This record gives sequence, structure tokens and C-alpha cells, in this order.
Amino acid sequence: MSATVHIADVVKHYGKVEAVKGVSFDLAEGEMVALIGHNGAGKTTLMKMMLGLIRPTHGQISVLGENPAAGEFSSRRQLGYLPENVAFDAALTGRETQAFYARLKREPVKDSLALLDVVGLGEAAKRRVNTYSKGMRQRLGLAQALIGRPRVLLLDEPTTGLDPELRQTFYDVIQRLAAEGTTVLLSSHALTELEERAGRVIIMNRGLKVADGTLDELRRLARLPTRIRVKVADLPTSGAPAWLPTATSYRRINGHIVEIDAAPDEKIDLLRRATADGNSVQDLELIPPNLDELYAHFLRHAERTQ
Amino acid sequence: MNSLITIAAKEIQQAIRNRWVLAATLLLSGLSLSLTFLGSAPTGTVGARALDVVIVSLSSLTIFLIPLIALLIAHDAIVGDMERGTMLLLLSYPVARWQVLLGKFLGHLAVLAFATCLGYGAAAVALLITGSSFDAEGLAAFAAMIGSSVLLGAVFVAIGYLVSAVVRDRGTAAGLCIGLWLVLVLIYDMALLGVLVLDQGRNISGGVLSALLLLNPADAYRLFNLTGFANVSLFSGMAGLAASSTLSVQALLTALVLWTVVPLAGATLAFSRREL
Repeated sequence: MSATVHIADVVKHYGKVEAVKGVSFDLAEGEMVALIGHNGAGKTTLMKMMLGLIRPTHGQISVLGENPAAGEFSSRRQLGYLPENVAFDAALTGRETQAFYARLKREPVKDSLALLDVVGLGEAAKRRVNTYSKGMRQRLGLAQALIGRPRVLLLDEPTTGLDPELRQTFYDVIQRLAAEGTTVLLSSHALTELEERAGRVIIMNRGLKVADGTLDELRRLARLPTRIRVKVADLPTSGAPAWLPTATSYRRINGHIVEIDAAPDEKIDLLRRATADGNSVQDLELIPPNLDELYAHFLRHAERTQ
Repeated sequence: MNSLITIAAKEIQQAIRNRWVLAATLLLSGLSLSLTFLGSAPTGTVGARALDVVIVSLSSLTIFLIPLIALLIAHDAIVGDMERGTMLLLLSYPVARWQVLLGKFLGHLAVLAFATCLGYGAAAVALLITGSSFDAEGLAAFAAMIGSSVLLGAVFVAIGYLVSAVVRDRGTAAGLCIGLWLVLVLIYDMALLGVLVLDQGRNISGGVLSALLLLNPADAYRLFNLTGFANVSLFSGMAGLAASSTLSVQALLTALVLWTVVPLAGATLAFSRREL
């Protein structure tokens, strides 16, 4: 696995504002990476630097072996980009727009038009772009990003405005590309939908990278409690089940269900107790910390240390 | 080269869709036809030089109208695409920024050239139909008028791009372009005339005057058309100036070409340094 994107100690100032303050990471072939962070955390700035649209104040960037800001753009033929709030020339139709972008990438126009069906634009592709809804514009944006089987895909908030069905198709398409070796970097606010899909998560806060790793790695680092939800037959009207150690925090959900916060090293012990003979636990559910909670945790952590 | 043509073709397609081509062609042909018929009234139907009169009236029309149309098309070209967000996506494609700029320039110039040729060509056709006689010199002067009008359009498209590449928002670009139009087309000549009257020929020599005329593309165009051909300069009342002018046709054309190339180069430089 070789790195397709290499970012080393990159800093970007806009006047006095420091949008990115020293970020480094490598992205490998076939990786699907989620870039998450608040608005203004530096996600879009990072993507624009990878495209060579803006130059870093310090540091080095190489994409597919080229420095994108040096005016070298042959690697851009193998790059797909979907900007946040994508816009098209209103007077052209969807097909004309797609054909225009295919010609610029020197890819066969016919293949690129087939992508319009993949994203479900269908008949609407013959209409002018100014008649499109936000979701349809987003579909066209995806279609142009997929022209020519890119080796690196940069997607800035790709699923905003897409309906759930198309979201599914969208993730299917990019997962297939990732399986064939494409590096996919996507930023999103919809953390729950990234959770099952992204192999790796990079969390940004105020221009700094605060966490980088697979979801499991981040869970280990964060040491957030796993929630154990137990259904108990003879729950006392107040208080916890007798087998629960007194120091453990818990919440009563209703008359039958108790939710226990289990720190990573207590988890197994608590499970043993809950399932021990004589305890009237009828059902049990394990909820590992999700991406939302991890994200909030790392942001809190970053705010404390910054 | 391919990318240039692709971008130019898209600009032309958009201009057709937006009715820019139609509007510019109708405007130019409407005005040139009315000038043709009104313009031949003073000379009467026996006037053998109907074409020369038309050249004088059309080139005066061009000086006002072509720069205005060119600036209207051009002022939005870069800053407008940036504000709409289409430039961001375009520049993520394998095209250099100079290719984007030059491609747009070729597209816009093609639109302008089409409208000019068709609009002014209509005047020539109208004269033919009404039975005016054409001589070779008159035709050459007419062709030179159309060609130089397109060149004047190129000058102002380039100036519009420079404005568009430098300013931050579309409103500023529009305001600045209207200001430039006023200065170059109206105020410059009036000021020059005022200065000449005040000076009474004491300090401003012929050479300085020539330089001052070359400093304004609209004046270079005017001199080229009104003094370039003997018959035309007689009708335009510029015969005196033509005789005293030290400026050759080559110098005037070079000035117009430079007025295109220099702003275009400036626009390319400003655009390539811009971050978005």
C-alpha cells in the first residue's frame, strides 16, 4: 500500500487567521477516510490545498507524487473533487455539463454520461441545471467527481441534500472504488452514517488534527465507557440491582431497564456479574461508544489541552 | 489546446443559451441598418459614396457600443464564476488558469465577432439591394472597419478580464467597467480637446498628440477608420487631421493589439495569483 496523498506539517494562514496549524498525515491506496470537525476546523482548506487551489503557508503536500500548488496538474486527471455547495453553469443541461467536464479530463464522453444514470439523474439530465433541486445538483456533482475512475476522491460534505436511498447508492459506489484502490477522503457532519463505512477517522479542531485512527483505535484511546443495557425482571422500585458494584454509574430507563456505564476494564467483570446465576437479567444489550461520542470526547480533550 | 477549445466552446454555448448572441446581433444589425438608411438621406440616392458614409456612421457607432457590449460580457468572467462557485470546480480539473482565461477570451471574442460581422454585414447587404455601387477601395475600407471593430472588442474584453481578475466582487467589477467605459469613450476625448484648445499649440507637439491618441484604444480605432482611407476621411471631416497625423496604419493596429495583449497578460497574472 503506497501513499497517494502526503501531507507534512502543513500550515495555512488567511491574513491573521490560522486556518490550518501544522497538520500531517498520509493517505494510502484503497483507504476510505472520514475527515470530521466543526465548520471552520480546516477541512475544506485542507482539501483545497490538496487540489492546488490555494498554497500552504508552510509545509509540504504531494498528491499522486506531484506538488499540486506548483502548477503541475497532470495528476488532476486522476483526481475527483466534489466541493461543498457545488455549483454549475445554469444555462447548460446536466448532460452538457457532464460532457464538458469529461472533455477537460480527456475521458470518453459516453462513459461519463453513463455515470448520470449511476447517480440516478436519469431523465432530468436533459434539463437545464437551473431547474434542478439541491439534491439533483448534488447528484450531478457526484457524477462529475466519478469521471474517469479517479485514484483520489475528495468529497466535501457529499451526502447533504441526498435522500436516504441515494445515500446508500452513493456509499456503494465509493466503497466499490475504494476496494479497487481509490483513496477516498470525505468530510461530513453525518457521523452516524460514516461510522460503519469509514476505515479511518481524522478529527480536526481549529486547524489542528486532534485524533487519527480506525474507529477501534479511537475507542481504545478515548477509554469511553461502553453502555450495557439490561432488562431485569424484579428491579427494585428505586436504586440499582443488588449485583451492581456501588461505584458504577447507571441510569434507570424505566421500571425494567437499567443502563450501566462500563469502563473498558470493568466491562467483562460487569457482564459476568449480570449473567451470574440467580440474577434475574432477561435481556442484555451492549452499546459501544459511537462516533458522535468519540468526536465530542476528542474535542473536549483538545479544548482542555490547547 | 484541447482544453482551450473545450472552454471556448462552452462559453459560446452559454452565450447562445443566455440570448447574448441574439441580443448583440439584433442590436448591432438594427442600429447599422437604421444608420444606413438615415445616413444616405443627406447624400441622396445619387450619392456614389453611400458606402463611405456608412463606414463613418458605423465606426462612430462602434466606438460607443462595442466597448460597452464587450465590457458587459467580460466583467463577470472571472469574479462572477468565483462568486457562483463554478470556478472552484473548474480549477480542480486538469486545466491551467491561463487556459481557462484564454479559452473564455476566445469564446467571448467569437460571440462578439459573430454579432459584428452579421450586424454590419447586414448594412452592406442592404446597400447592395438598394442599388448602391461598390468600388474595391470602398469594400476594403468596409472590411477593415469590421475587422478593426472586432479588434476593438478584443481590447475591451481583455480590459474587462483584467478588472474581473483583480476585484473582489461582481458589483465592483461592474462599477469599474462602467467607469472605464465613460473615461475611455467619452471623457478622454473631451479632456484632450479641452487641453488642446487651452494649449493653443504651444507645448503639445504633433508627436505628443499622437502618443496621447495611442494611449486610448478608442481613439486608435477612430483614427484607423476615419483617416485610413482617403474617401472616408473626406466624409468624416478628419481629412485635415489625417494629413497632419504622423501615425501610420501599422502603428494604430499595433496599439490596438498591444491594448489587447497587455491587459490579457495582466489578467492572467492576477488570476494565477488568486486564491479561492
